[in-house]
Amino acid sequence: MTLLFNLTGVSVRFRQHEALKNVDLQILQGQRVALIGSNGSGKSTLLRVLNGLISSKSGQKSGQISGTVQTDANLRQAMLFQRPHMLRMSAQANVAMGLWLSGMGWAEAKTCAFAGLAWVGLQAEAARSAKTLSQGQQQRVALARAWVVLSESKQSNLLSNALLLDEPTASMDPHAKREVESMMHDFAVQNMTLVFSSHNLGQVKRLATHVAYLEHGKLLAYLPVGDFFDSDKLHAVSPAADAFLKGETT
Amino acid sequence: MNSITQTFTTAFSLIASVDGALWSIVGRSLWVSGVATVLASGLGILLGAWLAVARFSGRGAVLALLNTMLAIPSVVVGLLVYLMLSRSGPLGSLGWLFSVKAMVLAQALLVLPIVAALTRQLVEDADVLHGEQLQSMAAGSFMRGALHVWDERFAVLMVLLAAFGRAIAEVGAVMVVGGNIEGFTRVMTTAIALETSKGDLPLALGLGLVLLAVVLLLNALVAGVRAFLGGSVSDAAKGVRL
Repeated sequence: MTLLFNLTGVSVRFRQHEALKNVDLQILQGQRVALIGSNGSGKSTLLRVLNGLISSKSGQKSGQISGTVQTDANLRQAMLFQRPHMLRMSAQANVAMGLWLSGMGWAEAKTCAFAGLAWVGLQAEAARSAKTLSQGQQQRVALARAWVVLSESKQSNLLSNALLLDEPTASMDPHAKREVESMMHDFAVQNMTLVFSSHNLGQVKRLATHVAYLEHGKLLAYLPVGDFFDSDKLHAVSPAADAFLKGETT
Repeated sequence: MNSITQTFTTAFSLIASVDGALWSIVGRSLWVSGVATVLASGLGILLGAWLAVARFSGRGAVLALLNTMLAIPSVVVGLLVYLMLSRSGPLGSLGWLFSVKAMVLAQALLVLPIVAALTRQLVEDADVLHGEQLQSMAAGSFMRGALHVWDERFAVLMVLLAAFGRAIAEVGAVMVVGGNIEGFTRVMTTAIALETSKGDLPLALGLGLVLLAVVLLLNALVAGVRAFLGGSVSDAAKGVRL
């Protein structure tokens, strides 16, 4: 299987605060990796490093990075943020923008965008201003945007795909949460690589193949999901992760 | 008190009677300030958007200079343009001094920092909020800046309105480079100054009222456009610091 991300000794510093400390992480094509840990443990920073938003070229404002980040040369990735940003245009144009920025013509991009909106069940809202949609609907539009970009690159059969999600269902009602989770599952069954941060351990069990536990910027455990939720195995690797899990589940 | 009432009454009757002298001055003012704002907007929006997303050494100094230029007195801009356009100046061969072109140039230079600085702040705030999303969609710096300007277009419209307001209300620059020549370079503000000094208060007041009405009309227009298009000032726009 293709190695998509290979992080070696990666540290990220924001002024005096070290957000990631000497992280080693390898992610293969098709894996679904859940990042868990307390608030401020470095999950979002790690996702940004994987997405290239924090790099040696991105300037000090976005964080000073050291270590080695290697990504597969054919990798096409998309990222979803906790609060998706919708441009002040229609939902369809928002989805099409993702494709247009990847080099597709606008007319073709809009056609693909409609298919993407249909996939997330929002075809009826295609012409509506994306800013007026609910947060759950906006997240689905963002998923459609990622879906069309990754699907398009998958059709060309040249690129590896990865979808990165930063707490995509945080502050959503249970119904919207289930819908977004179901769409993440659809990504997974298409053998797309998922890396997502979450505080929802049920969601992690349902979606992830691997779990990475971070604490104060350190990656303390990185295990297959079965081993991670096996207290004995987890305790042998990282007593801190085991304690966190027990604290979370009790 | 009677004198004030009489002045207002005469001023209103001048406006209502479509006084030729008054309306030619109004028309010239609108044209000079409108063209100046359009010219400054083209360059200012580009410059502001670029400054918001570009990172280069000395950027802080450029921003400090730009922000300082916000407070430059209009008469100083007029003086600089006068020096450039005077016979011995670098642009003296154009023969623009004491012409409408010189007034447009002076006002464009006066409002350029306003458009650039406020656009820069808007786009930078938007980039802090949403820049990562666009970056993750493979939008480079230039595209990010352009998309932020598009996204903040209602707020940018406000910036242009502020710039136009500054241009049409200033008196120093157009007085220095235009010379306040009747029927040629006289605009509302220079006419108000002159008529007040001559004691023709009704005409001065009439022009002042028209000036206020123009700005009010523009405000209503922007509000109408925003309401029609369903736009609202975004979080980034709320963060604009003048």
